[in-house]
Amino acid sequence: MNKLLEIKNLSKKYHTKNGEISAIDNISFDVYEKEFLCIIGSSGCGKSTLLNILANLDDLSSGKILKKENLNIGYMLQEDALMPWLNILDNALLGLEIRHEKTKENIAYTKELLEKYGLKDFLEKYPSQLSGGMRQRVALIRTLATRPDILFLDEPFSALDYVSRLSVSNDVAHIIKCEKKTVVMITHDIAEALSLADRIIVLSKRPAKIKSIYDISLEGETPLEKRKAKNFANLYDRLWKDLDKNV
Amino acid sequence: MSKEQQRYLKKIKIRKYFVILVQVIIVIGFLALWEFLANKNIINTFVFSKPSEIWETILGLIAQNNLFNHILTTLKEVLIAFVLGILLGFIIAIILYEIPILAEIVDPFLTMINSLPKVALGPLIIIIAGANTKSIIVMALLINLIVSIITIYNGFVNVDDKKMKLIKSFGATKAQILTHLVIPSSYKTIISSLKLNISMSLIGVIMGEFLVSKEGIGYLIIYGTQVFNLSLVMAGILILIIISYILYKIIIFIESKLIKKF
Ligand SMILES: Nc1ncnc2c1ncn2[C@@H]1O[C@H](COP(=O)(O)OP(=O)(O)O)[C@@H](O)[C@H]1O
Ligand SMILES: [Mg+2]
Repeated sequence: MNKLLEIKNLSKKYHTKNGEISAIDNISFDVYEKEFLCIIGSSGCGKSTLLNILANLDDLSSGKILKKENLNIGYMLQEDALMPWLNILDNALLGLEIRHEKTKENIAYTKELLEKYGLKDFLEKYPSQLSGGMRQRVALIRTLATRPDILFLDEPFSALDYVSRLSVSNDVAHIIKCEKKTVVMITHDIAEALSLADRIIVLSKRPAKIKSIYDISLEGETPLEKRKAKNFANLYDRLWKDLDKNV
Repeated sequence: MSKEQQRYLKKIKIRKYFVILVQVIIVIGFLALWEFLANKNIINTFVFSKPSEIWETILGLIAQNNLFNHILTTLKEVLIAFVLGILLGFIIAIILYEIPILAEIVDPFLTMINSLPKVALGPLIIIIAGANTKSIIVMALLINLIVSIITIYNGFVNVDDKKMKLIKSFGATKAQILTHLVIPSSYKTIISSLKLNISMSLIGVIMGEFLVSKEGIGYLIIYGTQVFNLSLVMAGILILIIISYILYKIIIFIESKLIKKF
């Protein structure tokens, strides 16, 4: 399979007034084209740090990241971070605007995405008029509009309540599948990881090291179906045992 | 509409009218009492004047065609100070935001100037800028500018981290961060700094007019005191109250127009 990213011996230290914090300790893994990779770890273990470094939002302290040439990265955060002063269409176009890629063709593509994923009647509305799940979809489309080769999702559902969380993750999985994207998603929710991922990397508590890597193939098309798969409970147990708890 | 809803709306309306009615009664009662006490010589009209005399003074000023000149002079100065204060405040806030180390360096100085009673600088300003309109504007700027800078700058630094991270993930330049995130998200702060700025400008201008002017409402008041024409002083104060109230209302109106959108 085609490698998009190779991470080699990555380490990260933060320097603060109160001393040095080692956030990531010597992590190596690869990301393959079209896979859905989940990274799980207890909160505060260094997951966001890892993703920020991969997305060029933070510097690494040592190690190497090899990226496929011209790799276009899309990044989606925990909060939708929609601009309240822009309407839904303009929010979705923000990435293109910043990159000076707001061509007719790209605008049409963005509108098509919005319409395809149930936001047709909301183009002129403002974020405050939308539900949490809809906003999260707009945030995803804003990222997709720049046609990224790889998507980085940092706990994209954790700002939602449990019920909408299940349906939004269903939605998002559906969109990502339709658009055939490579995904690296961070979560601290084992069930969420299991229901979405092709592969799961378990990180230790801080400083993050790789504890184990699982290939996942659960029966079922959608995340909700996968939650009912035979092997689900079994895998859940194994991951639960691997995961360091913050106690 | 249901009966309950109608009754509820009616109740709100009645309440509103009641408030206005009481306010009018207070003003009329106050003026009547003042006039009455003055006529009965219970209060000293030389010091406190009385409403009818103040009214005559105002009519006299209008007859001499002076009043509107004074009002216009003051308004012009307030407008200049206001616009300069907002523009300079905005530009300086951007500079401080873009150069954080500079912000850190000037922080104590801003606080010092801000906490200094600006009247103390009055005589110095006159010597430097001359006894003219320039001094009045400088005085008003001293009062409104620092506050504008601090308010707008605080709006800038309080931009949401998540949105910052997001816009950086698209590779935004510094200028783009400013135009697409920092300025629009401080919009409300900037608008509400207008409100603060207009009253500061008026305070500064009146203070400046006390010190140097030959025209304006501040001049009317100070001149009235010097010639012991207390009706003139009271007339000046009354006009000032009306002007500041109208200016405030105008700003509130502009604010509601500008903020409506989202
Ligand atoms: N900018 C920073 N400066 C100093 N320490 C940081 C910074 N960002 C994160 N950290 C620390 O690094 C650790 C990992 O943080 P993070 O990657 O956000 O964890 P999580 O796994 O919950 O996403 C935490 O202990 C956090 O306090
Ligand atoms: Mg995190």
